[in-house]
This record gives sequence, C-alpha cells and structure tokens, in this order.
Amino acid sequence: MNLSETLVAVFGGVFAVLAAASLVGAVLKFRLAPATPHAVIDNLNARLKAWWVMIGLIALAIWAGDGGVIGLFAFISFQCLREFVSLTHTRRGDHRALLWSFFVLLPLQYYLIAIGWYGLFSILIPVYGFLLLPISAALGSDTTRFLERAAKVQWGLMICVYCLSHVPALLTLQIPGYEGKGALLIVFLVLVVQSSDVFQYVWGKLCGRHKLNPAVSPSKTVEGLLGGVASSTAVGAAMWWITPFSPLQAAAVALVVNVLGFFGGFVLSAIKRDRGVKDWGSLIEGHGGMLDRVDSISFSAPVFFHIVRYWWVP
Amino acid sequence: MGLERLTGSALCGFAKLITGVRATWRDNAPDARQRVYFANHRSHGDFLLIWASLPPALRQSTRPVAGADYWLTDRLRRYIAERVFRGVLIDRSAASRQADPVAQMSAALAAGDSLIVFPEGTRNLGDGLLPFKSGIYHLARANPAVEFVPVWIENLGRVMPKGSYVPVPLLCSLSFGGALQWQAGEAKTDFLARARTALLDLAPALD
Repeated sequence: MNLSETLVAVFGGVFAVLAAASLVGAVLKFRLAPATPHAVIDNLNARLKAWWVMIGLIALAIWAGDGGVIGLFAFISFQCLREFVSLTHTRRGDHRALLWSFFVLLPLQYYLIAIGWYGLFSILIPVYGFLLLPISAALGSDTTRFLERAAKVQWGLMICVYCLSHVPALLTLQIPGYEGKGALLIVFLVLVVQSSDVFQYVWGKLCGRHKLNPAVSPSKTVEGLLGGVASSTAVGAAMWWITPFSPLQAAAVALVVNVLGFFGGFVLSAIKRDRGVKDWGSLIEGHGGMLDRVDSISFSAPVFFHIVRYWWVP
Repeated sequence: MGLERLTGSALCGFAKLITGVRATWRDNAPDARQRVYFANHRSHGDFLLIWASLPPALRQSTRPVAGADYWLTDRLRRYIAERVFRGVLIDRSAASRQADPVAQMSAALAAGDSLIVFPEGTRNLGDGLLPFKSGIYHLARANPAVEFVPVWIENLGRVMPKGSYVPVPLLCSLSFGGALQWQAGEAKTDFLARARTALLDLAPALD
C-alpha cells in the first residue's frame, strides 16, 4: 500500500470505531437518561464529540502535508504553554522570559523542525533556553523565589514545546524503505498513546479495585494501568504494518511508549495536585484543557523519536 | 447605537481571544437583578473582561465606573468610555471635582443600570488587594437594596504588566462570588472588611 491508501485505511478504521462508540453513546443516553443529566454518560458523549474533532484535525493536518502537521503541533504547544504558565505562579519579573518563550523559542523550535536541523532543535531549549531564560529573568531585578520561577518557565517549555515538538520531528527521520511515510509514525504514536488513555479509563471503570497512588491521582488503579497498557500494546502490535517495525518490535515499542505515556499523565497530575486544580484548562469539553489530553504524548514522544532514530535510521 | 454595539462586541471578542477568559459563578448565577460588581484591579482591561463575561443581555445595562482623568484624555478613549461602555466617569481628584462620585453612581443605579467598580481605587501592582476606598461603603449605604457581587480577576495583571507593551497570551479566569448587601447600622470599617474578605476568598491560594 502507498501512503495515502494506508492513511485512508487507518483513518477509516478509526472513524468506524468512533462511529460505533458514538452510536453506543447515543443509545445509552436514549435508554438510560433521555431528558435528565447523567454524569458518566454525558461525560462519555462529550469525550466522543471531542475525539471526532481531534482525530478530524489530525487527519486534516496530515492531508495538508508536513506544514500542516508542524503547524498543528505548534498550535498545540502554544495552547499547552498558555495553560501551564497560567496555572503556575510567575511574577512580574518573569514577563521578559515569558515573551522569549512564547514568541521566540516556541516558533524557532518548530522552524528548526520544518527545516530538519536536528543538531540545533535537539539542544535549543534544554541548552540555550536554559541559559537565556534565567538571564532575562534576572534582568527583571526580582530575586524572590528566583530558582523556583526559573525552573517553572523552563519546565513549561520542556514539556509543552520541546517534548511535544518531537511528534512532528518524526517527519524528519530518513528510514530506508520508508521514505516519505513519517506521518504514519505519528499516527502510530498518537493512536497507541491515546488508546492507552482510553483503555486505562475503561479497565479502571470495569474492574478497578486497587488505587495506584491516591495521593497523586485518585482515579488511577492498578487494574486500569495493567489492562490499559496491555490492551494498547496489543493495539500497537496490530498496527505493525503501518510502521517499519516487525509485529514483535511494534509491541515492544508500544509497551515502552505506553509506560512513558502513563508516567507523563502521572507527573502532570502531581503538578496539578500541587496547584490545587483538577484540569489544566477548559478548552475541550469533557477532557479539561489541551495539556490534559497530550500529557502522555509529551513524555512518550521524545523517547519514541530516539528509539526510531537509534535503531531504524542508519 | 449600532456602531457602538458592534465596537463593544468586537472588543469583547478580542479580549476573549487573547485571554481565553472563563467565568465561574460561585454561589451565584448571572441574573438581571440590579447589581454592583466589585473586582480587584490590576489592568486597564479589567472592566472589559467583566463586561465580556456577562451574558450579552446584561451587558447593555451594566456600566463601568472609571477615572475621568484616564478615559477623557483623547478622542478614542473618550469614545470607548462614553459611547461604547457608557462608563460612569469620575473625577478622582477631590480638589477639582464638581460632582460627588457617590451621587453619580447612585444616579446610574436609580436609572436602572448595574455598575462595575474597582474599590481599590487604582491599579494594584502587587499581589492580593489594596485597602478599599470608602466610596463602595457610601454607595452600598445609599442603595441598601442593591446586591454587591465580588469578582476576582485572575492573571490579567500578568498578561501585560505595567511598563510592558507586548502581552503574554496567558489564560484569564473570573470568579463571581455570592452577593452581599449593606446591613442597616453596619459601620464603614465592618462593611469594607466584609466586602474585602468576600473578594479575597475568591482568589486562588498564593504559594
């Protein structure tokens, strides 16, 4: 199959699953709570509606080409960084550092990916951003909790911009026999990680008994984690045919990506707990903010990128 | 009137786009009852965000109270303050003023409108709240039937702090708290303390 046939097959499959799920959601609503609000069913339907929009946007971006994918993730990074900085307390003296983050480092990172300059995009934020931001914050002449503030801006950029930008960076990898198909690696990563989130939710609701770590995330259970990771590892293995991996390799890669994705959500939950909030924002109905949706991708994307780059790029 | 409304909607749309503003009504709901919304003051855009967060039907009868010295300095500001938002403009210097600010605000209430006021009296450059000016007490005492609704504006002061010309696109949120009214015989310091506490209760914890 060539790229566009594969994309049609994959997205056709995903849309079919979504259509079936939406049908179930509509039937549940009609049978159980036609006129009255029902917390679980309404939340399910809101999530499904948001899924349609999100999968639709990714499909559109891939259809538009590399520029579309890079543009979409640049926007996702921008929205996540807004949510992150809005919730973490920064002071007036950080204003210049924030301007650098939003208007220079974020666009520059995505520009470097667009031109495929791996050597610079892999160190722009962790090295140059790391040095530049505290310099400009210090020039703001406010030393109150300086180290903590510098760390917050740095962390926001790392999670929201640096890590997430490794998704479109998959387009720059030159894999022999897989030329021009980088978009399928993105589809693989996003489907594996997001299905893990869905399966964890479903397994947790069905047979979640043992709380995993209530201090950090009250809804996560051991059963949800194991069932979710196992299910989406199987999804990853079943998708081997759109990747350069063998089925066994696809399962192994999916397992690594899932475990990291889980810890992405876990770490960002800890930050949310510390800030005393449940969601990063309210952009997506039923899902909270953008960062609530991509927290698992941000942790898995760089590692996925480096696994592919180390073993599959000569 | 058409152009003013259009300008008002455009400004609201712009403010919402930049700040993604989200309003939470705690212990309260948007209501056509006559109200005085009182809020913390960190930015010139504060009243615009409150105005934008009200249902469109309430906006037309809700007027911001603002300093005449700032809003009457040029034609554009004068147009926005007087025509678009129908602001109640107050001369803040006691020496030169001709009209009594409390009488001006009471007249607007008597005409059936609601008000947006900033009882700190000036923009606050730090965290928390400055002490309230006494105007809000005199207003409440003169209009004991009117509800006073506290509104905490979060983050707008960080979007464009004083002295900077480029906004950081942070998300802002507004919390509307439960209404309070002046109780017969309540002393000035008691009422001001009560109003200030009600507003501070809406602020997120500072770490």
